[in-house]
Amino acid sequence: MEGLTSTISQKQLEELIGLVRKIYGFDFSDYTKASLKRRILRIMMLKKLEFYDLKHILVNNVEFFQEFLEEITVNVTEMFRDPALYKALYNQVIPYLSTYQHIKIWCAGCSSGEEAYSLAILMQEAGLEKKSFIYGTDINTEVLKEARKGIYSLRKIKSYAENYQLSGLKGSITDHFTILYDAATIHNEFKNNTLFSVHNLISDNIFNEFQMISCRNVFIYFEIDLQEKILELFYNSLCPHGFLCLGSKETIRSDKFRKKFKVINLAENIYQKIGS
Amino acid sequence: MALDKHIIKRWHNADILLLGGSAGSFKLIFEAVKGLSPALNKTVIIVIHRKRNFFSEIEKLFNENIRMKFREIVDKDKIEVNTVYIAPANYHTLIEKQGYFSLDVSDAVWYSKPSIDVTFESAADIYKDRCAAILFSGANQDGAEGLLNLRDSGSLTIVQHPDDAEMDTMPRSAIDINAAEYILRTTEILTLLKT
Repeated sequence: MEGLTSTISQKQLEELIGLVRKIYGFDFSDYTKASLKRRILRIMMLKKLEFYDLKHILVNNVEFFQEFLEEITVNVTEMFRDPALYKALYNQVIPYLSTYQHIKIWCAGCSSGEEAYSLAILMQEAGLEKKSFIYGTDINTEVLKEARKGIYSLRKIKSYAENYQLSGLKGSITDHFTILYDAATIHNEFKNNTLFSVHNLISDNIFNEFQMISCRNVFIYFEIDLQEKILELFYNSLCPHGFLCLGSKETIRSDKFRKKFKVINLAENIYQKIGS
Repeated sequence: MALDKHIIKRWHNADILLLGGSAGSFKLIFEAVKGLSPALNKTVIIVIHRKRNFFSEIEKLFNENIRMKFREIVDKDKIEVNTVYIAPANYHTLIEKQGYFSLDVSDAVWYSKPSIDVTFESAADIYKDRCAAILFSGANQDGAEGLLNLRDSGSLTIVQHPDDAEMDTMPRSAIDINAAEYILRTTEILTLLKT
C-alpha cells in the first residue's frame, strides 16, 4: 500500500478482534487474516494512529467504530460485475425461476446496492418484475442508506456501461436511471422491488425463504470453516431446488455442501440446492 | 552485474518465486516460466496487470506451453509446490499463513487490481526470507514498495535492467527506493531461472 511501512503482529490483531467482539458484538475472528490486517493498517495510516491509539479510540468512541466498520468491510462493488454471470442467469436460471409464483431473491452482503439493482434490472428485462422481489442485506448500516437512495454518480454508472453491454441486455444502462447533472437515480420501479436491511451473516438467522441467493465476493473474506457455517444458513434459506450464486473466483470448499448443491454453471459459480 | 555464486545460492534456497510486471512484461514472464523445470521444487506466483472483462488467452497459453502445473488462483486455493499460479484480474491476491491464497476486491492500488504491491507485501509478511522476487517492465510504480518489503524481510529481490525493459517506470521505481538487491539483464534473468 502506498507509503505504508508500519505493521501489527498476529497477537495485536487478535487483541483487536477480541476487543471489537466484546464491546460491539461484531465477530471478525474467522475473517481471513491477511486482508483484515491490511484493512486495519490502512485505517491506522489514514487516521495516523499507532496501534495503542487505535485501541484507545475504539474503546472510547462509539462513532469511530462505525467508521472503523465501514473501512474494515470492503464495500467495493459494481453493477453487472462479471457480465457473463448475468448472461448465464438469463439463459440457465431464469427459465426455471419463472415457473415459481413468487421469486424472492436475497442479495447477501449487498453493500451500496449495485448488485441488487442489477438483479432487479435483469428480472425486469426477463419480464418477471411483477412477481419478483429482491432483499439486500449487509452488516453496515451506512452503505444500506446509500443502497436505499439508489443515487450514484453518473461517472460511475457510465463506467458500468461496458459490463451492461457484455451482459447481453437490451438498450443501455442509463435507460434505467433518471439523470440530473452528475447524479443518476435508479428508476422507482426498481426501488419498489427491493428492500434493504441489516443482517449479519455470522450472527443472524434465517429470515425468509428464497428462490435464489446471491452472495458474491463475501466468502473471500471468510475462512473455510465460517464459509461452511454460512452455507448452512443459505441452504436452509433456499426453497427446494433454489439457486445460489457465489463470486466468480469463489467456490464451495465444504465436502458436506458440495454434495448438497449441484453445479449449474462452473465458470460463473451458480449452484442449485438438492435434497431438502 | 554478472551472476555470482551468491545470487545462485540464494535462488536455489528460495521456496517461492514471485514474478511481477505490467505493460511489456508478459512475453518475457511467459518465456521465463516456460523454461522452468517441473521438478523445480518451488511455488511460482505471477502477478501481471490484466484487463478486466477480457477473458484473456493467458491461461490457455500457459497451460499448453509450460511444463509445470498451472492454475489461475481461486479463493482459498492451497498453495502447492511445483505449481505456477497467476493472480486473477479484478482481485488482489493475498497469502494466508495457513498456506492458502485469499482474494480481495478492495480498491485498486496504483490503478491496478491485481496489484503487485499487495501480493508482494503479503508474501513478505508470511514467507519472510523464503522468496525470490523479480520485477519486470511496467508503466507505473506498482510493485516497487512490495519489493522493498521483500528485501527488508530478507528475500532475494531482482529487478530487470531498465535498459532492457519495454517500459522502464516500474523497474526504475524499484531501483529508486533501493528495493533491488540485484539489477539483471534479461538474458541473465533467464539464465538464472534455468540454473
